[in-house]
Amino acid sequence: MTVLITILAAVTLSGAVAAMTLRNLVHCALALTIAFAGLATLYLSLDAQFAGLAQLLVYVGAIAILIVFAILLTPGAPESDREPRPHISSSELIGCVLALGVFAILAWSVAHSAAARSAVATTAPAGNMQQIGETLMQRYILPLEIIGLMLTAALIGAVIVAMKESQAPR
Amino acid sequence: MTPLIAYLLVSALLFSIGLAGALTRRSAILVLAGVELMLNAANLNFLAFWRYDPHPEELTGFLFVIFSIAVAAAEAAVGLALILAIYRHAGTSDVSEITEMKG
Repeated sequence: MTVLITILAAVTLSGAVAAMTLRNLVHCALALTIAFAGLATLYLSLDAQFAGLAQLLVYVGAIAILIVFAILLTPGAPESDREPRPHISSSELIGCVLALGVFAILAWSVAHSAAARSAVATTAPAGNMQQIGETLMQRYILPLEIIGLMLTAALIGAVIVAMKESQAPR
Repeated sequence: MTPLIAYLLVSALLFSIGLAGALTRRSAILVLAGVELMLNAANLNFLAFWRYDPHPEELTGFLFVIFSIAVAAAEAAVGLALILAIYRHAGTSDVSEITEMKG
């Protein structure tokens, strides 16, 4: 079990690091897809089958394609490998130090948390589709409706924002 | 090291990688990708706490992740549409060159 988590975490984290460090934007998108797929397998290892498959469908299927489209529609990308940069800029250094600080605080609090240390795996929850559907349709019916409305609004809004400016009414 | 701590540490590392990318990269698309990685790290935390909860049958953390994935999909669509509009307006997707609102 621990070996499995280690392998999946290594794949996910190396994908994420590659996505954030590579110079070619298309390579970044591919590495990001690997990270998303690794996260989906991590969800599956947590007995969350529905969430893992939704992650595959939404992130690997839809968001990765959206990002590739956005990269290809905005040519002349910054930080291309035409000009190798001589040194690390100060803003990059500050960003990395900030991220390291956030990780140090998070890791310290995780390591000192009594709740996390005493947690033991209960029997695998029966997260079957019928139970998920009943909970969604009964207890979480209002958030479900709001999510539906928000997705509709976001779809229309994205189309309007991405429309050509000359076609928009004055 | 219990499995829960392992998952939490992986999630913290993923969040930091996403944060570093969002803060340092100059391409607006990769800034958005860093934000997506941070959202995913939060989702992994929710699922880990749901799995090692004494009452996982209530599905609280699980359903939060489902809603979070839906919100992230909407966020990515709107964010990439905004990047396209900015690119068409300013001719670049480099966040360090878009300084029109600089005081």
